[in-house]
Amino acid sequence: MNSIWTITRMTFREAIRRRIVLTGLILGLCFIIIYAIGFHFIYISFRGVESTMQNAPSQQALAHIADTEGINALLLAGLYAVTFLSIAMAALLAADTLAGEINSGTIQTIVTKPIRRSDVVIGKWLGFAFLLLLYFLLMAGGTVLSVFFQSGYAPRNLLAGMALIYFEDLLVMSISMACSSFLSALATGGVVFGLYGLAFIGGWIEQFGAMIQNSTAVKVGIVASLVMPSESLWRRAAFEMQTPLAGALNMSPFGTISVPSPLMVGYTAAYLLVTMMLAIRVFEKRDL
Amino acid sequence: MDNIPAIETHELRKVFGERAAVKGLTLQVEQGEAFGFLGPNGAGKTTSMKMLLGLIAPTSGSASMLGSPIGDRAALKHIGFLPEHFRFQEWLTANEFLELHGHLYGMDSNELKARISELLERVGLTDFRDKLLRTFSKGMLQRIGLAQALLNHPKLVFLDEPTSGLDPVGRRLVRDIIHELRDEGTSVFLNSHLLSEIEVTCDRVAFIRHGEVARVLELASLDTNQSDVLIRAGGLTEEVTSGLAKWGKNIQANGETVNLTISAESALPEITRYLVAKGVEVYAITPQRVSLEDIFIETVGKDGSL
Repeated sequence: MNSIWTITRMTFREAIRRRIVLTGLILGLCFIIIYAIGFHFIYISFRGVESTMQNAPSQQALAHIADTEGINALLLAGLYAVTFLSIAMAALLAADTLAGEINSGTIQTIVTKPIRRSDVVIGKWLGFAFLLLLYFLLMAGGTVLSVFFQSGYAPRNLLAGMALIYFEDLLVMSISMACSSFLSALATGGVVFGLYGLAFIGGWIEQFGAMIQNSTAVKVGIVASLVMPSESLWRRAAFEMQTPLAGALNMSPFGTISVPSPLMVGYTAAYLLVTMMLAIRVFEKRDL
Repeated sequence: MDNIPAIETHELRKVFGERAAVKGLTLQVEQGEAFGFLGPNGAGKTTSMKMLLGLIAPTSGSASMLGSPIGDRAALKHIGFLPEHFRFQEWLTANEFLELHGHLYGMDSNELKARISELLERVGLTDFRDKLLRTFSKGMLQRIGLAQALLNHPKLVFLDEPTSGLDPVGRRLVRDIIHELRDEGTSVFLNSHLLSEIEVTCDRVAFIRHGEVARVLELASLDTNQSDVLIRAGGLTEEVTSGLAKWGKNIQANGETVNLTISAESALPEITRYLVAKGVEVYAITPQRVSLEDIFIETVGKDGSL
């Protein structure tokens, strides 16, 4: 247990020293500032439309609904970008970790200490999980708060939605780490983004299939989700956070029509666990 | 515990694809012994060491370290290792680097703190304690790597080409540390392609060629065994020269010099007295020790270039 903690601290310190934390922080803040400014101007124009419709109470209610739908769509758009950025961060953080240390040989003095090789994998995983949590909280928290402070709006099931997106980050990081145990950093990046692309296009095929009620297209999407469940986590998260109206009307581009079931979330958890077990197994067996 | 060999291998073999890097390594290293593993680059030295340390799984064969099977964590607790082409976490300071490795050994913080100061002093890096490793020269990295390998007061230390990239002062330091370790009863397993390095530091040496042990030799025996003597003197007559046959053989005279092979060092004073008594002006009597290099060439052949 001690050696896992030692590796976790090393991973965290490495991220700070190699300026990963600093660059993430600076660009993350830039993202939030731009998002907040963009939201500000769009929100003002919403209010403008609302104020011209204030004559009748029925119109006022309608305006309020339109307002809420618009804000929710903007928030989900922001969170969608955050999801993509945090996934990229997850993939990049872990892609070089084992591959890089194997390649440079720094791993040799570590695994010849009286520790298990699995301690190295688990320790690094925990370190990255913590780093990603910080990054995700900064980005998603900044996005949600910049909407909340300007409009007073917070989506429903916010915590569930956030947890699902963070879970998606962990999934991508785990796959990246597993690939990194036997592939080079570049090949790992290729595999992870390739899988992400597959899940992405599968997700959209499923969405459109559901919209036009083509069950074959939906099945294609589901198969893609089973191969790489990342996009289905985002769609579940979006489903949790979208307005009931958007869900009923299938109207939001970032919302969800074909909703992944809770079973899919369970499948993803098992997927992550198996991935990490494979990573440990491969790393334990390979020559260093 | 004392009777357990530090290292024991039996027919250890490693095949990479089609190529056998190590073909069947059988050797034994005793506790407290400095053992040299000498061979040309590509002879399988590093692969052998990595198998012993559990970094590479052997294709076949067996081995044990300090009585435990290779890769066993109980044994690794008492082992130090300085890899070849050392690359360490360059974003750490010297102190943090040693702390990291000490923690991985499971050392407690107070013990570690004292040990780090002691080792930094020993390798001459006390002033660089809080400097990042990325600012270190190659020689300084080698020194900090060596300190890392000694953190846990190991019973067995593996050094893979420890003086590569070191200046003469650094080489001397490594040599002195190996001597100290041996004096403390620590076993040292030294990979090297440098004959001179092995010659001055090791008790025994194994010559490795094409992944096999070609010969194992006691280095101490080199000093006392028969050796050649070169005599340079004025006024050497044929009679004087042939009289030397009493102490040696293979006498070859060439003007002012005579070369002969003696069987014991004790013959030297007697030869000196004899020559002086014969009225010869002795300028020099120089023992020509049979060098490790001669034996190496004899063992692995001239094509086993170093």
